[in-house]
Amino acid sequence: MADKKTDSKRRKLLVGFLQGIGFSIIGGVVWSAIVNENKKDPLVLRPPGAYPEEEFLKKCIKCGLCVIACANRENIPFDRQGNKMVTLKLAAPGDGKPLGTPYFIPRHVPCYMCIDVPCAFACPTKALDVELLRNKKGEVDINKARMGVAVIDYNSCIAFWGLQCDACVRACPLMHKAIYIDMRRNKRTGKHAMLVPVVDPDYCTGCGLCEYACPTDKPAIFVLPRDVALGKIGKHYVRGWMEAQENIEEKIKEREKELQKWQPKIPEDYLNTEDLLNE
Amino acid sequence: MSNTVAVTKSQGRESERTKPFLARNKYLILRRITQIGILSLYIGGNYLGWKILQGNLSTSKFLEVIPLSDPYAVLQMFFSGAIVGVDVIVGALLILAFYGLIAGRAFCSWVCPVNMFTDAANWIRVKTGLHREEKRINIPRSTRYWFLVLGLILSPILGVPAFEFISPVSVTHRGIIFGIGLGWTLILVIFLFDLFVVKNGWCGHLCPLGAFYSLISRPVSLLRVGYDLNKCTECMECKRVCPEVQVLWMIGKENKPVLSGECTNCGRCIDVCPENALFYTLRFKKSGGDKNET
Repeated sequence: MADKKTDSKRRKLLVGFLQGIGFSIIGGVVWSAIVNENKKDPLVLRPPGAYPEEEFLKKCIKCGLCVIACANRENIPFDRQGNKMVTLKLAAPGDGKPLGTPYFIPRHVPCYMCIDVPCAFACPTKALDVELLRNKKGEVDINKARMGVAVIDYNSCIAFWGLQCDACVRACPLMHKAIYIDMRRNKRTGKHAMLVPVVDPDYCTGCGLCEYACPTDKPAIFVLPRDVALGKIGKHYVRGWMEAQENIEEKIKEREKELQKWQPKIPEDYLNTEDLLNE
Repeated sequence: MSNTVAVTKSQGRESERTKPFLARNKYLILRRITQIGILSLYIGGNYLGWKILQGNLSTSKFLEVIPLSDPYAVLQMFFSGAIVGVDVIVGALLILAFYGLIAGRAFCSWVCPVNMFTDAANWIRVKTGLHREEKRINIPRSTRYWFLVLGLILSPILGVPAFEFISPVSVTHRGIIFGIGLGWTLILVIFLFDLFVVKNGWCGHLCPLGAFYSLISRPVSLLRVGYDLNKCTECMECKRVCPEVQVLWMIGKENKPVLSGECTNCGRCIDVCPENALFYTLRFKKSGGDKNET
């Protein structure tokens, strides 16, 4: 009798445990699906000093201290209705961005590139890390921010019609570096120049002041995350005219060594086999 | 049996008449003031640049210097494989120490904004007597501990702090401070769940954050609700209002303080007790009942 009792007790415990495991798996799958859907937004723009998205999402605790630093910074501009121009927002449900994380939409409010970078310094988890903003001298430099890169749709850019518009160039905090004016021949009139904007991704911080300034209905210049907008060449193409001379010589030597190891089959060897000769 | 029921009822009513409104709702009012006060400080921190409390319940800066962090969120970050700043670790330890050593699970009833919505659902429940006719749906109170562990298991799998991506506590608190978006739907879901599905369903059965604070305040947290069996008339008013009824198992049985970590220290039982048999006390203090006996 006692054995049976303990048996049924044990059985009950086991079934209860299995139920818990079963429900946990159901819950875990649903939970994971929600999180996985929510954490993917390839077009989200992060504040300066943010780690790459995957690392950023691990580290961001969603406290909003960067947003508060942004909202309470010095010399904050006001819009025409008298509202503060707060760049950063915390994603709420319905925004379509990873929940609770900071982001900005340059067409609404661009990043004003505060030289003291209050948002990055406010981050308690180092999801925004000022170490990523240090220049060669070791100073924190907002121009080292890489929030995204400006991309121009020249079909909707009026400068490519031949109209004089340099709104984006003038708005750029790194004028003539991140965006410069390229003079091109106006084929339509045959006698005028077109002054068209060109983005240099090596300098562009992705602040979006150009996107905000663009006069077209939907901006012809806009910021995209760098890994979305930029290609990657790979190591097998070398610009001999740009690399330092020593490097080139070293590379040539390396390549020669590689070539020495590689022994090609000579056609005479493999075409004219003995058999063929005998025939 | 019928005799005791009659006594219970009459005494319950008696207490409501004998205790003045303020005394009957002392801790409830204090709690609402604390909850709304803390929220206001956070809101002022964002919109007006007040420096008292900035951030939100996930992490905040107290007086610009002292970091305060949600230890469960930081734990999830560790599990997801993130190396985080020293600030949040210090902040998490401070919060851990405050609730674990001193205040018990007071976060849930004195700070958490969701508490106001679930309390509202519960209040409607009691006023309308919903529990008398409703279809009972049983969810064990231990579910929250499964959720707690699940959050830690999912964090490394998903590579992000898993609960922080769905936490209604964070969504609500963040929403009130920074703009809620569609987050109000989540609050509505919890409100309706508590009102129509399970009594104290979210806070008392499912919330892993509450479970976390239950676990850390189980061993040593000082602030406890004391109980004096000698004064108790067993009117059971305390059990009627308690959101975690199981912690009041000793009522009418043993002369012991409430030691369970699941007690949120909300003080509602103290408010409604007509005989002052329940009171705030410290864990290692000898209870009043013992003194009377010896």
